[in-house]
Amino acid sequence: MNNGHDTHTHIVPIKVYLLVYVALLVLLVATVGAAYLPGHHTLLNNVIALTIAVMKAVLVVLYFMHVRYSTRLTWLWASAGFFWLVIMFILTLGDYFTRHWVPVQGWE
Amino acid sequence: MSVAVAKPGEIKHNYLNAGDTVRSWLLTTDHKRIAVLYLVSVTLFFAVGGLLALLIRLELLTPQGDLMTSENYNRVFTMHGVVMIFLFLIPAIPAVLGNFLVPLMVGARDLAFPRLNLASWYVYMAGGLIATWAMVNGGVDTGWTFYPPYSSSYSTSQVTLTIIGAFLVGFSSIFTGINFIVTIHKMRAPGLTWFRLPLFIWAHYATSVIIVLGTPVVAITLLLVAVERVFRLGIFDPALGGDPILFQHLFWFYSHPAVYIMILPAMGVISEVIACFSRKRVFGYHFVAFSSVAIAVVGFLVWGHHMFTTGQSVYAGMVFSLLSFLVAVPSAVKVFNWTATMYKGTIEFRAPMLYVMGFLGLFVIGGLTGLFLASLATDIHLQDTYFVVAHFHYIMVGGTIFGYLAGLHFWWPKMTGRMYPEGIAKLAALIIFAGFNLTFFPQFVLGYLGMPRRYHWYPEEWQMLHVMSSAGTALLGIGYILPIFYLLWSLRNGALAGPNPWGATGLEWKTDSPPITHNFEETPIVTEEPYAYENHHQQEEVASGTGASTTKG
Ligand code: HEM
Ligand SMILES: [Cu+2]
Repeated sequence: MNNGHDTHTHIVPIKVYLLVYVALLVLLVATVGAAYLPGHHTLLNNVIALTIAVMKAVLVVLYFMHVRYSTRLTWLWASAGFFWLVIMFILTLGDYFTRHWVPVQGWE
Repeated sequence: MSVAVAKPGEIKHNYLNAGDTVRSWLLTTDHKRIAVLYLVSVTLFFAVGGLLALLIRLELLTPQGDLMTSENYNRVFTMHGVVMIFLFLIPAIPAVLGNFLVPLMVGARDLAFPRLNLASWYVYMAGGLIATWAMVNGGVDTGWTFYPPYSSSYSTSQVTLTIIGAFLVGFSSIFTGINFIVTIHKMRAPGLTWFRLPLFIWAHYATSVIIVLGTPVVAITLLLVAVERVFRLGIFDPALGGDPILFQHLFWFYSHPAVYIMILPAMGVISEVIACFSRKRVFGYHFVAFSSVAIAVVGFLVWGHHMFTTGQSVYAGMVFSLLSFLVAVPSAVKVFNWTATMYKGTIEFRAPMLYVMGFLGLFVIGGLTGLFLASLATDIHLQDTYFVVAHFHYIMVGGTIFGYLAGLHFWWPKMTGRMYPEGIAKLAALIIFAGFNLTFFPQFVLGYLGMPRRYHWYPEEWQMLHVMSSAGTALLGIGYILPIFYLLWSLRNGALAGPNPWGATGLEWKTDSPPITHNFEETPIVTEEPYAYENHHQQEEVASGTGASTTKG
């Protein structure tokens, strides 16, 4: 199609995939377990669940999506995507968490 | 130059005559032919959007709603917005000029993924036709922003179908963005370092970054509205347990940067044209290049300025207001640098340059009024009035269309091998500029006086301003129709252009007009900075470019 594409692909042993799969299952169990922590730790629960979710996403991106074996350019773009997602979350949550702070008459 | 150049009159092999069956066009993977397919399609959609605009202005001639019902009026302005934004302003410059020029400017034979490029046109057409079909089958009345819960729970119009159309068109632009990024990274000619790239390429690179990182978000968001609508899942509708402001966060996370998807490619065109017709290096090349990237990044931090009156947290509002002032900085850098480029240049007022001058004026007015809107307190008064309508038309329509027309005229000789007629082209530029200001300037006043947007009746005392605006639309209509005629006319009757009628720098001018299918006979090697206008006096090219000094019309 064009000048000298990099056609070489890294072959990942099945074992690695299985290991990642097991790790994802363990993290899943951890998420569910955290939800049953005694008491009403809504905030703590959210932090734990999000942390685990990020770990799972990183595993999927690195191994199942092959970013770990890709060029630095792919790394750059994968991190940029992540960084952009963080921008979206932080600014949106910034609104969400401060929305009710200012008492406005007639507004519950 | 080791490039075979056609003598005037001799028919050379080129991308246009490389096959003339319909099939050879519909299955082409040549980026130049795909650009032509896009040119035809965006022009058609622009005509549809334009007719809807005429309907809106016709209705607003009188204070009463006497031409259509409120429901139909809602449908008309919604379709006008949807067609103009998703089907014209966003694809116009990248998909037509970018498609044609990115490979030529980096010295490549094609884009990195030619078939993905063709697919992007088909996906665009599918989305466009679905949206058009929705319009004919009852239309949509939500406004182009599709705010729920109206769009998800209450509207009885064709919301789902239109959203599917917009979703598809979004993917078409993602395809184009990916193609540009990979091409610019991987396929530059030997010697073409990042800081030798034309600013048009930098602008398209920054645009592609926004497209790839932003469009998926809006695509999914619109899909979520459809999901809520069809399956009654509570995502945005508070009655179903959703958050009504969440939609606006997600929507504007894309749609504020999207305004830069429309304007950045235009800014790329402006840099090229100004350098060429001032015969000077672009002042502060690095600043102009990096300001594109800065816009791409900072543009993602300001979306909350569309939400000052939604009940968003006041603290978030303050942060977004502050950040909005920051995003004005890189745009201002560009304007200052363009002005400095013209300073003491040998300025030639060709038609593309006239459009550029128009762009500068309109962009400054549009940008400065953005600051009124970005200030929390003034926005409370101006939100959802005609002031906002005027602001974004100045900046998007003024910016994008003037940039697009500047670029279309500037590269027309390259795309077709023929010159456009200079005199009438200049006349059209002046008519469009006059029509534009007559249409939209009164809208600033109307908005300031309190005329809300999206209403089709209003108190009598505002009629004069509305009549001015509608009269401007008529003028604008004439201005837009002219190029369609004289550009088509020039295909047969225009003077032959030769490879470089403007004596411009840049790789695209070093091959035939129209270019051969593979762009270059042999891979070009770059040894110079961009815009080295002062280095050579270009006389050899100007003298041999038959078209430049002998235009007809
Ligand atoms: C390339 C430049 C720009 C473009 C293409 C653009 C486009 C737009 C569009 C389309 C809207 C209206 C959206 C809608 O409600 O339908 C809008 C609104 C707005 N723009 Fe811009 N804009 C640009 C630059 C700026 C700048 C530099 C600022 C501020 C520093 C700004 C501030 C605003 C604000 C605050 C609003 C919301 C107004 C309201 O609804 O009350 N804009 N702009
Ligand atoms: Cu905005």
